[in-house]
Amino acid sequence: MQDAKNLKEYRKEVRESLGNDFLRTAMDNFAIAYRGSRANAFKDMDEKALIADIAEAKDCAGQNLDALYAKFKEEAEKRGAVVHLAKDAQEANEIIGRIAQDENCKTIVKSKSMTAEETLLNHHLEDLNLDVVETDLGEWIIQMRHEGPSHMVMPAIHLSRHQVSDLFSEVTGKKQDDDIQKLVKVARRELRQKFVDADMGISGGNFAIAETGSIGLVTNEGNARLVTTLPKVHVALMGLDKLTPKLHDALRVIKALPRNATGQAITSYVTWITGSNECAAAEDDRKKVHFVFLDNGRRALAKDPVFSQVLRCVRCGACANVCPVYRMVGGHKMGHIYIGAIGLILTYFFHGTDKAKNLVQNCINCGACKEICAGGIDLPGLIKDIQARILEEEGHPLYSQFAAKMMKNRKLFHKFLRIAKHAQKPVKAKDGFMRHLPMIFAPDHDFRALPTVAEVPFRDMWAKVKPAKIADPKYKVAIFSGCVQDFVYPEQSVATVESMKGMSVELDYPMDQSCCGLPLQMMGEKEASKDVAIQNMEAFESSDCDYILTMCASCASHLKHNYVKMLGHDPKYAIRVQEFADKVIDYSSFMNDVLGVSKDDFLDSAGEKVTYHAPCHLCRGLEVKEAPRELMVKAGLDYKESAEEEVCCGFGGTYSVKFPKISEQLLTKKLDNATETGAKVLLTDCPGCVMQIRGGAKKQGKDLDVRHIAEFMAERRK
Amino acid sequence: MTVKAESLKLFTDKAELVSAVVNEVSSLDEAIKYTMDLCGKKEACKMLVSGCEEGLSDKAEALCATKIGKTISAPALAKKEFKALGKQCEENGFTLLEDSVRNHLGGIDIAFTYADHGIAETGTLVINCPSEELRLATMISEVHVAVLPKSKLVDNSYDLESWMEGNMMKGDYTAFITGASRTADIERVLAIGVHGPLELHILLLED
Repeated sequence: MQDAKNLKEYRKEVRESLGNDFLRTAMDNFAIAYRGSRANAFKDMDEKALIADIAEAKDCAGQNLDALYAKFKEEAEKRGAVVHLAKDAQEANEIIGRIAQDENCKTIVKSKSMTAEETLLNHHLEDLNLDVVETDLGEWIIQMRHEGPSHMVMPAIHLSRHQVSDLFSEVTGKKQDDDIQKLVKVARRELRQKFVDADMGISGGNFAIAETGSIGLVTNEGNARLVTTLPKVHVALMGLDKLTPKLHDALRVIKALPRNATGQAITSYVTWITGSNECAAAEDDRKKVHFVFLDNGRRALAKDPVFSQVLRCVRCGACANVCPVYRMVGGHKMGHIYIGAIGLILTYFFHGTDKAKNLVQNCINCGACKEICAGGIDLPGLIKDIQARILEEEGHPLYSQFAAKMMKNRKLFHKFLRIAKHAQKPVKAKDGFMRHLPMIFAPDHDFRALPTVAEVPFRDMWAKVKPAKIADPKYKVAIFSGCVQDFVYPEQSVATVESMKGMSVELDYPMDQSCCGLPLQMMGEKEASKDVAIQNMEAFESSDCDYILTMCASCASHLKHNYVKMLGHDPKYAIRVQEFADKVIDYSSFMNDVLGVSKDDFLDSAGEKVTYHAPCHLCRGLEVKEAPRELMVKAGLDYKESAEEEVCCGFGGTYSVKFPKISEQLLTKKLDNATETGAKVLLTDCPGCVMQIRGGAKKQGKDLDVRHIAEFMAERRK
Repeated sequence: MTVKAESLKLFTDKAELVSAVVNEVSSLDEAIKYTMDLCGKKEACKMLVSGCEEGLSDKAEALCATKIGKTISAPALAKKEFKALGKQCEENGFTLLEDSVRNHLGGIDIAFTYADHGIAETGTLVINCPSEELRLATMISEVHVAVLPKSKLVDNSYDLESWMEGNMMKGDYTAFITGASRTADIERVLAIGVHGPLELHILLLED
């Protein structure tokens, strides 16, 4: 459970996690194994279509929550259950406590329910002197350790067998050994006895089917079957978002949920319960069944035009499984109660700004979660939106206000960069790096060498490097350089121009272009980010071009997707911004797919051995995967794929400044994987990634030349 | 209804992937014989159920001690079938339980049941079990032997929608069972039998 009071305290906690070797190894193994088993589980399916269908059905249910609840209540009560609606956590707990007292229950067995974690139900029941035992193995373990879950599906993933063995020795009063199979058997027998004594069972619910008033439970251990069968009373606690019209909706989600959660085609058990079933322990042989639905902000969420998609979440936990930050710090630092990307979001809505404000900053915006979400939720986008909301609620910090003010004004911003060129003189070394970091940076930031600002920005070179006008060009292209290629690595933009020589391309460079605005969005400065978008859109409207080419993957994905999101609903801009976005293309796709360069365009000699880093905003943001790899091979380079090539390098723009320790770890992994290939050159499609990886290679003294792919394309052209 | 060979193969492959044991039988008698062999020769029936050999708390140990002999439960069989099974049990020295499974929560060795349907896509058994005895037997037993008539196999869970909805209209408890009870909660290491059966045997019955 993440509870830090401020960002500083939060950073300290994060650092402690980074130093936990067991956690780090466990998380690494998990991240790598998960990727393979998930891919395998989905291999014969149309995954995207399934996710789109789930999203559509969940959206539709979200818009009809009240009607679905009314229908569910009517149908379930017809069949002998009692249905309750709780407006918030406290009310849900009170309802359940009252049921226990009315039915004269003393001992409660529980199967896993994230909703019960959300309401802190156990605390309430224990305060009423009820004996509550979690029966999911992982939940039982953390209950006895007085901890919260560190993963939605694997709540005790942060613990080692030794810790569990110690705990079980304490619980049984007998010395246990470290064999996991034996420990599980001990749990089997200890928990079996708890079932025998229990007079109330509490479960969650994965589905609440309105048509018949039925619930569906998805488990591997089977404890939910015992919880809902043995005791005389059964209470199921569920969020209103679990309501769905028909059985079909639930069966559809089951096709994705276990595959996404653990790479299983289906869990060992799926249990469908309708009404009050036979129960020998109850009066008249009929079980007392209560279904408790929790609102706790869900109905308001359903009405929110931006955030209603949050209710699509099926609680598979996959957003944590693929998150490079979760992998570094573990669940206790990556959520308050709900974990992972969705955890950052739900914490804000269910547990408030105070609990969420530090957490929501810990998203590197790599898009890995969005790519695999079973509900197709735009998780990174929503996290940024929450950050913006919190800024509105709590006021913008000074650095953020300053950045917003300066970057809104292109001339002022560029003037600042030009001044920086002079100001950096005392620390500037000949190799293009700063000799040491300016004093304003803490030592935490010293994990990578930072580049100096270039002598001459690309915009000032343009008149010189601009290719001569050609008659009747096949392609009219306007370059969007982005700040880094303009002011830090202009040679990458120059290489871009050179790599297209003789290809019937007319190039333009609109001078009024400014920062794409992504850094502002990362800080949550929504308004400034919108202002900059309009400026850029207008700058390119003055150019007669078919393509807007950008060599920065982050700029490209921001221009293409986020501009439309920001301005598309405004009738003044809707058509214009769509036209703008449609023209945006990244370097590799333009070269490979549009120009269609071939082997014949490149030197015949054998090229060097190179490896590649796939920028997050290229491989996921723009879903460009093949183009750069094909391009390297066509150019005669000996491309060696590196392990985890599509995992974030740790840059994340301003993220690496906010969480330098996490950034450093991601970078080290990236470098280790690259070195492993034996290549001395790493190519990538984004100047931000170049800055990060090159700076890290320099700091760690690695013999690795980190370059933009355009530079090698230019070198290898005939 | 004839079931396509590829559906049978898919079902078998998927079930075996989650460590279910799949065999074909031509009659109920053969299924009973299989179960007798399993209980006896293959030693599925033990005096001490799994976990009871470990160091347990006093209360848990006391529950272990309540188990008597080698026990089989078959609550959903028709009278005639139950009798046939009972005869075989008697001959082989096993106890076929006639009282409530609630009296045997310490553990029973084998639950012998039918399955209402099988789903090929995932190797899943579907058991309609509004009867509490059937529900408990398939959870409390160490080994679950389920007879699935081949004609009851469907390709996809969607194919069972109207049948399930029909049951749900009446009030219902239905279980999808795929492989044995499993967990990976300690260090993500797969462990079988944390609550329910440690083994699932599926007998595909020619019908």
